[in-house]
Amino acid sequence: MTGTSQEPASARELVLSLRGISKQFGAVSALTDIDLDVHAGEVVALVGDNGAGKSTLVKVLAGVHQPTSGTITFKGDPVTLSDPATALGLGIATVFQDLALCENLDVVANIFLGKELSPMRLDEVSMEIKAWKLLNELSARIPSVREPIASLSGGQRQTVAIARSLLLDPKLIMLDEPTAALGVAQTAEVLDLIERVRERGLGVIMISHNMEDVRAVADRIVVLRLGKNNGVFLPDASNQELVSAITGAENNSVSRRASRRSQAQESQP
Amino acid sequence: MTDKTIQNAPQAQLLDRADVRVKHAEGFGGAVSAFFDRVRSGDLGSLPVIVGLAIIWTVFQSLNPVFLSANNLVNLLFDCSTVGVIALGIVCILMLGEIDLSVGSVSGFASALVGVLWVNQGWPVGFAIVTAMVAGAVIGSVYALLLNRFGMPSFVSTLAGLLAVLGLQLYLLGSTGSINLPYESPLVNFGQLMVMPAWVSYGLAAIAGIGIFWTGYREATRRREAGLSAQSIAGIVARAVVITALLEAIVFYLNSSRGIPWMFGLFVGLVVAMNYALKRTKWGRSMHAVGGNREAARRAGINVRYIYTTAFMLCSTLAATGGILAASRLASSSQQAGTGDVNLNAIAAAVIGGTSLFGGRGSAYSALLGIIVIQSIASGLTLLDLSSSLRYMITGAVLAIAVIVDSLARRSRVSHGRA
Repeated sequence: MTGTSQEPASARELVLSLRGISKQFGAVSALTDIDLDVHAGEVVALVGDNGAGKSTLVKVLAGVHQPTSGTITFKGDPVTLSDPATALGLGIATVFQDLALCENLDVVANIFLGKELSPMRLDEVSMEIKAWKLLNELSARIPSVREPIASLSGGQRQTVAIARSLLLDPKLIMLDEPTAALGVAQTAEVLDLIERVRERGLGVIMISHNMEDVRAVADRIVVLRLGKNNGVFLPDASNQELVSAITGAENNSVSRRASRRSQAQESQP
Repeated sequence: MTDKTIQNAPQAQLLDRADVRVKHAEGFGGAVSAFFDRVRSGDLGSLPVIVGLAIIWTVFQSLNPVFLSANNLVNLLFDCSTVGVIALGIVCILMLGEIDLSVGSVSGFASALVGVLWVNQGWPVGFAIVTAMVAGAVIGSVYALLLNRFGMPSFVSTLAGLLAVLGLQLYLLGSTGSINLPYESPLVNFGQLMVMPAWVSYGLAAIAGIGIFWTGYREATRRREAGLSAQSIAGIVARAVVITALLEAIVFYLNSSRGIPWMFGLFVGLVVAMNYALKRTKWGRSMHAVGGNREAARRAGINVRYIYTTAFMLCSTLAATGGILAASRLASSSQQAGTGDVNLNAIAAAVIGGTSLFGGRGSAYSALLGIIVIQSIASGLTLLDLSSSLRYMITGAVLAIAVIVDSLARRSRVSHGRA
C-alpha cells in the first residue's frame, strides 16, 4: 500500500487506454487517431489551443459523443460508451465545461441527479447530509443546499459540479477547464482536491489553458493540436516547448511576442 | 434584533446553518417576510390564481347571489372533475416544456369508445373503460415515438393527432352521431349523482390534516436527529390545524347541499397521487430535470426518452380518463364530446394554476386550482345567461393574462437568480 506512490506511473494499473480514436462531425475531423493512456493515481493534463479537440475527446469518454473509429479500453476490457449512463456506470465521472447543471433544481437535487436515494420515496434527509459532506470535503462555500442553482455564482456552480462527479466513487474523473471560473483561493482548493483524488488512486484527466495550474498538479502533459497527438511532456518541460507543441511551430504569435519583448528589454538599458 | 443573536448561537452547530451570509426565516415573522421576498423576486407559486379566484368570485357573487350557493358549488365540483383530470395530464407535459394539443380529441375518442363497446357491443363496462384508457396510452406512446425517433416537435405531432383522433371518434360513432348511456347505470350515477356520505367527507378532510401533520412531524424529527435545521413543531401543528379547519368548513358548507361528489374525490385523489409522484420520486425529479435542462439531464444518466414516453402516455391516459368521466357526466358519447373549448380549457387550467409553459416548473395542484378558476368563469357566465361567445372571449382573456403573469414572473426570477 505504501509503495504505490513511489512506483513510476507506467508500473501501475492502466485505467484507461485509447487507441486510434477518431471523431468526425460531417466533413470536419475533430479527432484523428488519438492515443492516450491514463494510469491509476496519475493526473494527465490535456492541453491544446482552441479547437484542438480537447472537449470533444472528453465528450467521447463521457459517452456524450460516439467515436467514428478507434478502441477504448477501460481497466483492461474494451468498452463501448454508448451513452452517459454507461460511462457513469463504469466509473468515468465528468465535470463538463458548461457544468451541465439544472438551474431549476436545488443543489442536493443536482448532486444526486440520476442517482437519487430510494427512488420511490426520495430520502431527502440522507441526500442533504451526504451533499453537505461532499461540499465540506471540498471546503465549498455554498450558503444553502436548498436554493436553486440559478442563485449561485460561477465558482459555486463549479464546486457543485465537482462534488457531483465524486458522488459515485469513480475510477477516472475528467475535469474540463475546472479552474477557469474560479478565484485564487478556490483554484488552490480544486488543485488540492485533484491531488487528493490522485492519492486515492483514481486516474484524473484535466483540461486547462492555465500552464501554471497544469504544471502544478500534472504527472504528464499530453498536447493535442488540430485533433491529433502532438507530443507528451513532463511537468518540468519549458514553457517554450509546450507553447510550440500547442501552436505547432517555433515561429508563432506567442514566441514572436516573447522575442519582441525580450528585444525591447535588451535595447532599453 | 435581540432574538436574532440568541438564535444564532445554537445554529452554529447545525450542518446547514454554518454560513452566516444567508438569511434564514425563523419563526412566524420570518416565514411571512420570506414569503414576501419570494413573491417580490417572481416566485409567485399559487398566489396569482388565489387572487384571481377571489376577484372572480366577488364579481360573480355581486352580480348573482346564487353563484356561491352550496348547490351551485357542488355542480361546479362535478364539472371541474372532468376537464380537471385532463389538465392534470397537461401539467406533466408542460413540465417537460412540451405540449399536447390533442387532449380534447383523445377525451372525445375515449368517450366514444366506451359508448360503442359498452352500449353497442355489450361489453362489461369495466372492460370498456380499461380499453379506452389503454387506447389513450397507445396514442401517447405514438407521440413519444415521433418525438424520440424523428425529433418531431410535440406541437406538430399532437396537432396532427388532434385531427386524426377526432376522425377516429367520428368514424366510431358513425352516422348516428351519438350514443346515450343507460341512465340507471353506475357509470352515469357516478358522473351525475353519487356524493360522499357526510361522515366520509368530514373524515377525509381530517385525514388530510393528520397527513400534513404526520409527514411534517416525521421530516422535522429526522432532520433534527441528523443535525439539520428543522421546522418547529408548533409551526407544523398550526399549519395542519388551519388547513384542517378550512377543509372542514368547506365540507360543512357543501354538505348543506348535496355534498362532495365522489367524482371530485377521484380527481383530488389523482392530484394528490401526482403531486407525490412529481415531488417525492426519482421519476418526478427526472421530469423536473428534463424540463429544466434536457442535455444536463441526459449527461447525468437520466433516460430522457423514457421520461418523455411516460409523460406523453400519462397525459393521454388521463385525457382518456377525463373523456370517460365527461361521458358519464353527460350520460352520452357524442360527436361533440371533447371538441370546442375542452382542449384549451385543460391547457389554460394548468397554466393559470401556475405551471410554466417554459418547462421545469409546476405542480399537480395547479390543475386543481386552475380548473376551479376556469369552471367558475364558465358557471358564473352561465348564471348570468350570457352566450358561449362571450364565455370564449373571457376565458381567452384570462388565459392570456395567466401567460403574461407567467412570462413576467419568469423574467423576474431570472434577474433575482431563482429561475
